[in-house]
Amino acid sequence: MAINQIQTPMTSIPTEASTPVQSATPKMRASNINFFYGKFKALHDVSIEFASNRVTALIGPSGCGKSTFLRNLNRINETLRETRIEGQITLDGENILDKDVTEIRRRIGMVFQRPNPFPKSIFDNIVYGPRINGMLKKTSAAEIVEKSLRRAALWDEVKDKLHESAYAISGGQQQRLCIARALAVDPEVLLLDEPCSALDPIATAKIEDLLVGLKHQCTIVIVTHNMQQAARVADTTGFFLLGRLIEHDKTDVIFKNPSMKETEDYITGRFG
Amino acid sequence: MTARNARRKGVNIFMLGLCAACAFVTVSTLFVILGFLLYNGATSVSLNFFTKLPLPPGQDGGGMANAIVGSAQIVIMATLIGLPIGFFAGIYLAEYGGKTFAFMVRYVADLLNGIPSIVIGIFAWTVIVVPAHHFSALAGSMALSLMLIPITARSTEQFLLEVPRAMREGSLALGANKWRTIAKVIVPAARKGIMTGMILGVARISGEAAPLLFTSLNNQYWSTGLSEPTASLPVMIFLRATSAYEDWHRQAWAAGLVLLALVLLANIAARMVISRGASLPR
Repeated sequence: MAINQIQTPMTSIPTEASTPVQSATPKMRASNINFFYGKFKALHDVSIEFASNRVTALIGPSGCGKSTFLRNLNRINETLRETRIEGQITLDGENILDKDVTEIRRRIGMVFQRPNPFPKSIFDNIVYGPRINGMLKKTSAAEIVEKSLRRAALWDEVKDKLHESAYAISGGQQQRLCIARALAVDPEVLLLDEPCSALDPIATAKIEDLLVGLKHQCTIVIVTHNMQQAARVADTTGFFLLGRLIEHDKTDVIFKNPSMKETEDYITGRFG
Repeated sequence: MTARNARRKGVNIFMLGLCAACAFVTVSTLFVILGFLLYNGATSVSLNFFTKLPLPPGQDGGGMANAIVGSAQIVIMATLIGLPIGFFAGIYLAEYGGKTFAFMVRYVADLLNGIPSIVIGIFAWTVIVVPAHHFSALAGSMALSLMLIPITARSTEQFLLEVPRAMREGSLALGANKWRTIAKVIVPAARKGIMTGMILGVARISGEAAPLLFTSLNNQYWSTGLSEPTASLPVMIFLRATSAYEDWHRQAWAAGLVLLALVLLANIAARMVISRGASLPR
């Protein structure tokens, strides 16, 4: 996909006007993260804060470590062999690397690059998370399913086929199903790893609208290859390069007036 | 066309022809065996065959009812012992295997798969029959389960590994722990393949004669318990076929036909399980 030359200010949909990057109590904070795949050091001393109820985009060229970094935020990298992390990641001030990982993953949800619904019905896909987290004691399954599908803007399209296979819907719908599934456990943070890269523009637009609305309910971090997408949905943007966080600032600033030369080179399409 | 091209074309055609001929031989072997069994045994497969006990040679009307029931008993018991062990071992290999122990388990399973069935029979004889001082259906089942375990473990492992990593991560990302993910997502996703592997494994052990020769031996009559010698189809085939009597030979053919029919049915069932489509809702 060609990256357009961005030399003039973005004229697309504006993001939140004055969003402070450093808020008093950030929802999540990563401090001095070094991450290793075996002997290979994939992340070098990354520190970044994510403010509550904001959307943060992580951009950068392929292989820069943005997905790797995102996957550390819910510790899903631990499922790979021979990975090691140094540093601290806190959620509401508490270091998540010390706590029980299943509880962390309930509070920090993730949506992956390709839709990955389970081979079950739409209904069972959504109910899976709440069921294993014991959430069905207080709320009924049907309520949770409707609420999650509405939050993911999918309810109207699938309400008559909840018990059909999750594979019987389109790719864009499957991805929204995965978002609904992640939302069903009421996460405080939602991590999205290039969620629209496998989708057509219409499905992409639906999901972007959805994210802008969702941030009032949870904190969102989205990795994206698409700079225009970052400009459309994100309040703040972080630029990664070769495993380092080069710059993190309000989206407007990153795209119109970046401080670092590497950022400017990437934004203007000199590489990447 | 140059000489080189002509030669290459010739080699091409020759090799294709050779491969096709070998494929034909392979396929026709099955039909030849089936043909022999049908020709020699079809006339002896009667209602008597399924309902009567064996009679001395020369007397008409005997059957192999006890062998059919005995085989069923032995195979069912072997399945009850061997399938769960093999299944959970397969889960371990696919999901929990670290490096060293899993490597060892896998290697040993492959070795076990390669042990001649007659050696398994001698082993079971030494370990179970001799201390107990009698042959038994139970000993036969245990010998067969020793064969079923590594087959099931490796095929279960193979089908579990085919489930994409993305599905595992999707479950873990919702706060599920590893066992929950395996039980509720991975195994259901792989269940068709796992079931097929199990069906084929059971079909394989139900035709083995060597392990049973030393363990469950044979019985002219109905066995009344699991700790008695028990008749089984494969052993009956062996005994009848190597006997001196013509009508016992016919019975051996009939038993072979029945056994082959059962194995073919199991294979067809396995294929039907696989082909019921991957997108059925659960």
